[in-house]
Amino acid sequence: MIRTFHVLLLVFVAVAGLMSLSAAAQTPDEALASIRNEAQHSIPAFRGFSADTGERFFKQTHGNELSCASCHTENPAAAGKHARTGKSIQALAPAANPERFADAAKMEKWFRRNCNDVLGRICTPQEKGDVLAYLLTIRN
Amino acid sequence: MMPGTSRYLHAIAVAMLLMGTMMSFAHADDDDDDGERMPAARNALWQAECGACHVAYPPRLLPAESWHALMSGLDRHFGSDASLAPAAEREIGAFLEKNAGSNRHAAGKPILRITETRWFQREHDEVPERTWKNPKVKSPANCAACHTQAESGNYGEHGIRIPR
Repeated sequence: MIRTFHVLLLVFVAVAGLMSLSAAAQTPDEALASIRNEAQHSIPAFRGFSADTGERFFKQTHGNELSCASCHTENPAAAGKHARTGKSIQALAPAANPERFADAAKMEKWFRRNCNDVLGRICTPQEKGDVLAYLLTIRN
Repeated sequence: MMPGTSRYLHAIAVAMLLMGTMMSFAHADDDDDDGERMPAARNALWQAECGACHVAYPPRLLPAESWHALMSGLDRHFGSDASLAPAAEREIGAFLEKNAGSNRHAAGKPILRITETRWFQREHDEVPERTWKNPKVKSPANCAACHTQAESGNYGEHGIRIPR
């Protein structure tokens, strides 16, 4: 009886572990789909994402000293460099670095931090989607 | 010898050995001048999160009260948002405070910048101004510009290459 219970418990823990893993792992296209879903729910007149708008957003400053490109460079397929500390930053475009946008929590963390640094606020789903759409057009 | 005495002596020997070990730990902890031999302590989350933007600075470079203050304001971390998920913040904060350095030089408010500690200034007092201004160095936050093995925690003299 106790053994069966233990086996069931182990199976439950293993399944829960796998589920939490699959919840975190995503492809960049799935990341874009999840941002699109967010946009559709929060923007009544949502008309899709634009890679061109994303590129302009990425390269411009937004009232603060830094732009996205300040650290990630104007070529997101290349390695970047932290604007303040000089620490090297791996390429941002998924074509050049498959780990990018593969972890949902990590993606949200960096959007939160970097948008606060570049814009002084969090980004809208439209802004995030435009930028990711742009990054997905980049070929290595 | 009375029966049981040898066991008694054995216990005393073990206790003395333990005390000796503890004292040598206490002594090592008291030694403030061996910045080059740090850090023994490592933590995977500290390495990944702090190390994403700068070298993951060894915990013993600041006292516990400094790490505590620093970890309480990660959303305004020297002009950047470095905020973490609460669980990660707790784990890294506990690791830093547990392995923190001595605070006997601290006065008043906790020092948040390692460069403002007397230890850092003493260790770097021979570095000329032009080195700090070199674009290859950029900032004193960029330990790895000169300490070529800083990533692995080795700040020893032999690993220092000052860029020209």
